[in-house]
Amino acid sequence: MTGRKAHIVGVGETLYTRWGKIGDVTEHALACQAIGRAVEDAGLDLSDVDGLASFAEDRNEATFLAAELGLPSLRFANMVWLPGGGGGCAAVGNAAMAVETGQAEVVVVYRSLCQGQFFRFGAAGRDPTAPVDPAPPTVKPAGSLMLASMGFAMPYGLLMAAAAYALPTRRHMHLYGTTTEQLGMLAVTFREHASRNPRAVMGGRPMTLADHQASPMIADPHRLFDCCLESDGACAVVVTTEERARDLAKRPVEILASVQGAPKGYGFGPFTNANIADEIYATGGTEEMANRLWEKAGLGPSDVDVAEIYDHFTGCVLMQLEDYGFCKRGEGGPFIESGALAWRGGSLPTNTHGGSLSEAYIHGLNHVVEGVRALRGESTSPVEGAEVGLVTSGACVPSSAVLLGRR
Amino acid sequence: MSERFFPDSMPPPLADSTTLPWWEAAADHRLVVQRCTPCGHTRLPPAPICPECRSTESDWQEVSGRGRVYTYTAVHRPIAAGQELPFIIAVISLEDAGGLRIISNLVGTPPEAVTIDMPVELVWEDMSAELSIPRFRPVPTPPSDED
Ligand SMILES: [Zn+2]
Repeated sequence: MTGRKAHIVGVGETLYTRWGKIGDVTEHALACQAIGRAVEDAGLDLSDVDGLASFAEDRNEATFLAAELGLPSLRFANMVWLPGGGGGCAAVGNAAMAVETGQAEVVVVYRSLCQGQFFRFGAAGRDPTAPVDPAPPTVKPAGSLMLASMGFAMPYGLLMAAAAYALPTRRHMHLYGTTTEQLGMLAVTFREHASRNPRAVMGGRPMTLADHQASPMIADPHRLFDCCLESDGACAVVVTTEERARDLAKRPVEILASVQGAPKGYGFGPFTNANIADEIYATGGTEEMANRLWEKAGLGPSDVDVAEIYDHFTGCVLMQLEDYGFCKRGEGGPFIESGALAWRGGSLPTNTHGGSLSEAYIHGLNHVVEGVRALRGESTSPVEGAEVGLVTSGACVPSSAVLLGRR
Repeated sequence: MSERFFPDSMPPPLADSTTLPWWEAAADHRLVVQRCTPCGHTRLPPAPICPECRSTESDWQEVSGRGRVYTYTAVHRPIAAGQELPFIIAVISLEDAGGLRIISNLVGTPPEAVTIDMPVELVWEDMSAELSIPRFRPVPTPPSDED
């Protein structure tokens, strides 16, 4: 099918705030707002949209949104089976498959989060001040496969993502001598990028390495400033065919390749799985997938001009940098220390919006939005002449990625 | 009842019929791993199929609980009311299960004294008459002449 190669033609978002600050609008209303803005950015009309895709157990079902938005015909409604933020790029990849195979013409990928209206991910849904059940503790029935697996983590207090992903990061430090200062430098770099981004929740809050080192310990080695923000907000990305993309409002960005998945035996990753193979325990679990991405695109890490790397925790970014081959295994720390990730002067400008650490935590779909802006020349930390952009999702969970190309 | 390390209000184990026998063994203070009957591959958490030979036959192998710290984190935020902070979550590599690993806690040690590869031993914590949780503590080192 000629002319059907998938392109991203529109991006948009709502206001991003600290978690709990958006209380007067429902999460699905916020999703509709972001979808509307992305469609407008593309120069399309909501009546052109015939597909919706999301991920991470989205509370805002595509079928209801299609009705709320008055879509004339819903031809593709898709949800990715990858946990947490691992599925953002996969949702974009699925949207691309849908338009390339003719299932739909215009698919919008969306993510909306109002953590204050539901529960905070960071608190793992637990309230330590809640009244204690007076009944003697006992084994309870698991309502799902996920919960039966979590049953081997929860009784030990392993509920917080900050603790779960501290485990591979701590082992990385042991194996390779990675330091908390190297992790801190990564956070400082992303914060600096956020300083120019009016959308960034932490835009007006400069951070030094000393600030990072003085921030409270959450789950060793994760200090507060190693952890992503918890945010309210929504964003969306419009995917359509090359043919359709030609005469729209903005310069289209080609989806060069997309991948999703996990290596053998990975399960949910180190959160519930202590038995990930030793060779890949202290990694982002994404090397096998990264290799598939390079092979599909016929490109390699040295071809990437700008990267938007999923940053729930600093150590997970460091391990992904190694997985994707930007540096050798174990050399992520010195690579960060070299200033490689900086917007200006860095060999791999990374998270030019500030990332989840400093722009907002919208489950990483905001990284796709930024990847598109970086290649359009619309980023607030622009990388001159950038032609190839990498966007990743998740890490230390089954994950996904897209490689984007400037047209 | 055993020595206590964590409050009653810690999250309880959640189990299905595949994983419940593991918790039943724990209630009897038996630390077990699931072993594939035909090929001997061991696995945790318990699962219905051997990922190596795809057999659905398995049995339970009791292990000593001796092991080494594979990785760990000291957590400074409480999960349950009245919890002592920080508490240590660790991945333990089990000596007599071919290095099969288990997520658990390290008790009886400050986080500063924990190192990767440090030898540990099993200690049962009875949360109630029906629920026992395996935790680990450093193997006491024999007194040294050099001190
Ligand atoms: Zn087997």
